[in-house]
Amino acid sequence: MTEKLTLVSHVDAINWNRIQDDKDVEVWNRLTSNFWLPEKVPISGDIQSWNTLTPEEQTLTMRVFTGLTLLDTIQGTVGAVSLIPDALTPHEEAVYTNIAFMESVHAKSYSSIFSTLCSTKEIDEAFRWSTENQNLQRKAQIVLDYYHGDDPLKRKVASTLLESFLFYSGFYLPMHWSSRAKLTNTADMIRLIIRDEAVHGYYIGYKYQKGLEKETPERREELKEYTFNLLYDLYENEVQYTHDLYDGVGLAEDVKKFLHYNANKALMNLGYEALFPSTVTDVSPAILSALSPNADENHDFFSGSGSSYVIGKHEETTDDDWDF
Amino acid sequence: MASLVYFSSSSGNTHRFVEKLGVPAERIPLLPTEAPLKVDEPYVLVLPTYGGGNGKGAVPKQVIKFLNDEHNRSYIRGVISAGNTNFGAAYCIAGDIVAQKCHVPHLYRFELFGTQDDVTAVRDGLDELWKQQ
Repeated sequence: MTEKLTLVSHVDAINWNRIQDDKDVEVWNRLTSNFWLPEKVPISGDIQSWNTLTPEEQTLTMRVFTGLTLLDTIQGTVGAVSLIPDALTPHEEAVYTNIAFMESVHAKSYSSIFSTLCSTKEIDEAFRWSTENQNLQRKAQIVLDYYHGDDPLKRKVASTLLESFLFYSGFYLPMHWSSRAKLTNTADMIRLIIRDEAVHGYYIGYKYQKGLEKETPERREELKEYTFNLLYDLYENEVQYTHDLYDGVGLAEDVKKFLHYNANKALMNLGYEALFPSTVTDVSPAILSALSPNADENHDFFSGSGSSYVIGKHEETTDDDWDF
Repeated sequence: MASLVYFSSSSGNTHRFVEKLGVPAERIPLLPTEAPLKVDEPYVLVLPTYGGGNGKGAVPKQVIKFLNDEHNRSYIRGVISAGNTNFGAAYCIAGDIVAQKCHVPHLYRFELFGTQDDVTAVRDGLDELWKQQ
């Protein structure tokens, strides 16, 4: 790679007392208050549970985590950084530096899991697999190519699809183990990563939509078409990657539903309508419940099936109570 | 009948959902400089969940201000909330908080700006709800 990195050409001292876009402050505050480090999660509590997995399940888990490590490394080292030169406000630049750093924390967290649960030889083998698996390398290459391209809005699309779609073939597995009361501390850590990625995808998608507002209708149409084409490309590759990983344990079909479900959310982060109909996004309730305890039960009060709905006990409300 | 009152941040996700419903709706102002919203008839509140960590600050402060007005609060009949399952236990927690504080049902949850299925479910559900009132 001989190209030279384009840096921001002019920098003024950042003034957090003059805000052009409130969303920058809101997201900065959200990200910093969500800050965490892998050392705080007691992964060693999973050693016994790890030993109940079959060798095949252990290999699968390690491969999934090296795949996720690769994506986090790309996003931390190239992806989030590539968005800085096109930022609309200095505060947006600052948010990207936070995102970049946090992606490096995520990448490192998988190594914490490995060093706690696996031998050096197993770790090295899993990393070797990650460099040799064609579908994993292809998804990394597709995204990297767009980060090196010269269209700032296309970079944001690629970045949002990475944050909100590409991780999920991997995130599925720790949620699956958690739903079976296995590797529960590991799952707690992955949930922290999942939470961060939601804020990243939301924010980058929001900035994409802000950028779109300044474009001509023709260019907007071009970018929409580009987004769906890139999603199809990545989706096709994800399906093969999913079969590579999950055919052996018979989970590929449910993982694909999880992909569809998250592809819809990635599109919504970019401002586009969901693509996959609900008939192919019906992820197993156990996985949704592992992701969010509020998502598993049917909370649809309208349909009369809301099992968990309990009306609050009546209590006098004063205005002071409204200080949430 | 103003059937909905909603809040949406500058990302506009909740606004988009309400637009897709195509029912009468009033928006709680985003900026403190705008005139506060006053309502005089029953409504269902639609709001997004903020934060996503410990549940602190989950209800947007504009919504708190609106509900702190006792007159406004007396007309609330239910809550619909938006969120993202990625936030785990905090998914749509703003709806839970308001439902509990106001003793009204948390009617429905949706993600981001909702799918077509969400729009249909909420539109039909609201029809039923208003018939029962």
